[in-house]
Amino acid sequence: MANIFLIMLTAILLENFIFSKFYGICPFLGVSEKPATALGMGMAVTFVMTIASAATYAVYYLILEKFNLQYLKTIAFILVIAALVQFIEMFLRKFVPALYSALGIYLPLITTNCAVLGSALVNIQNGYNFIESVVFGFSAALGFTMAILIFAGVRERLAYANPPKAFEGFPLTLITAGLLAMAFSGFSGISFN
Amino acid sequence: MNSYIKQLRDGVVTNNPTVVQFLGMCPTLAVTTSVKNAIGMGFAVIAVLTCSNLFISLVRKFIPKEVRIASYIVIISGFVTAVELLIKAFLPALDESLGLFIPLIVVNCIILARAEAFASKNKPLPSIMDGISMGLGFTISLTVIASVRELLGAGTLFDYPVFGEWFSPAIIFILPSGAFLTLGFVVAAVQKIRNSSAERKRIEELKKRMNEE
Repeated sequence: MANIFLIMLTAILLENFIFSKFYGICPFLGVSEKPATALGMGMAVTFVMTIASAATYAVYYLILEKFNLQYLKTIAFILVIAALVQFIEMFLRKFVPALYSALGIYLPLITTNCAVLGSALVNIQNGYNFIESVVFGFSAALGFTMAILIFAGVRERLAYANPPKAFEGFPLTLITAGLLAMAFSGFSGISFN
Repeated sequence: MNSYIKQLRDGVVTNNPTVVQFLGMCPTLAVTTSVKNAIGMGFAVIAVLTCSNLFISLVRKFIPKEVRIASYIVIISGFVTAVELLIKAFLPALDESLGLFIPLIVVNCIILARAEAFASKNKPLPSIMDGISMGLGFTISLTVIASVRELLGAGTLFDYPVFGEWFSPAIIFILPSGAFLTLGFVVAAVQKIRNSSAERKRIEELKKRMNEE
């Protein structure tokens, strides 16, 4: 139990996917202009990443390891994730239309989100068991959602700012993210040993 | 021949994938802690991008439209796995420091973007050239960002100390927040240059028109 708690805390705060690992920067910078869309993206990522953690765990230990094909894990995982996203999209459209329209356009974008593939690879690298993998995927996604939500809130205010011409748009966004990352690096001093 | 030079210019300067199109931000921020890592990452991307562009261009007429993205991803991940195994075998130190970002080249938006926007519509030779130019643009941007970070954050370049004993490095540039800040300032500098060159062009045009009148 303590182990699970540790994994959650590490994934959400200490090694936040955005601010310390740099997984999933594209959606973080791309769809964080409004808190509502940021929340939609965060929810979609959380949904897919939790399920993908379980699915890739099964594929790796039940199929790849049995046939000594570990070196194929990148190909296998990206295929599993792409198929999963497609499947989730079809399932939601049929059975949970409300959630489908809420997640909408964000679902297909997730296939090429490196946070999802990244978390699947981290699970294998750290040798997590099934429960730990799912918990890690879920909490890393929570950390992602938190980061993108905070950032969207900041960016909404930033829209009224009047920066020098060269800094307009993307550079200003990056520098804001840098300041947020600085705040997050305060967590890195914590240790639980 | 001329069109190849134009492509090279396009990839490295006018449409640089990193500082103009803002593609592939994850590796840009993550591996630029040292120049060595940046160049290693850059060459890995050049290799994958050139191979995948060539291959996709060769099979572009056989892939059904509906499943093209999935097929591109499979082709790309095949080449990424090959590059990953090669780096593991011959450059274990680079493998150690780049870590998961080598397999994550699969989801690097630059590669998928070039496959979709260029290789799926063009002949093999221009596609190879496109891969090389875009990859070079990526590598050069990464190297510039990494030199700033390594110089200020560690006081070294290619691991050789540049400054004397008196220099105390600003660790912040090696930390994650330094990645965002450095990239922000580099992009701002690029925008400044682009703005002023656009301005100059406009003034020249105005002058020309006045002369004609």
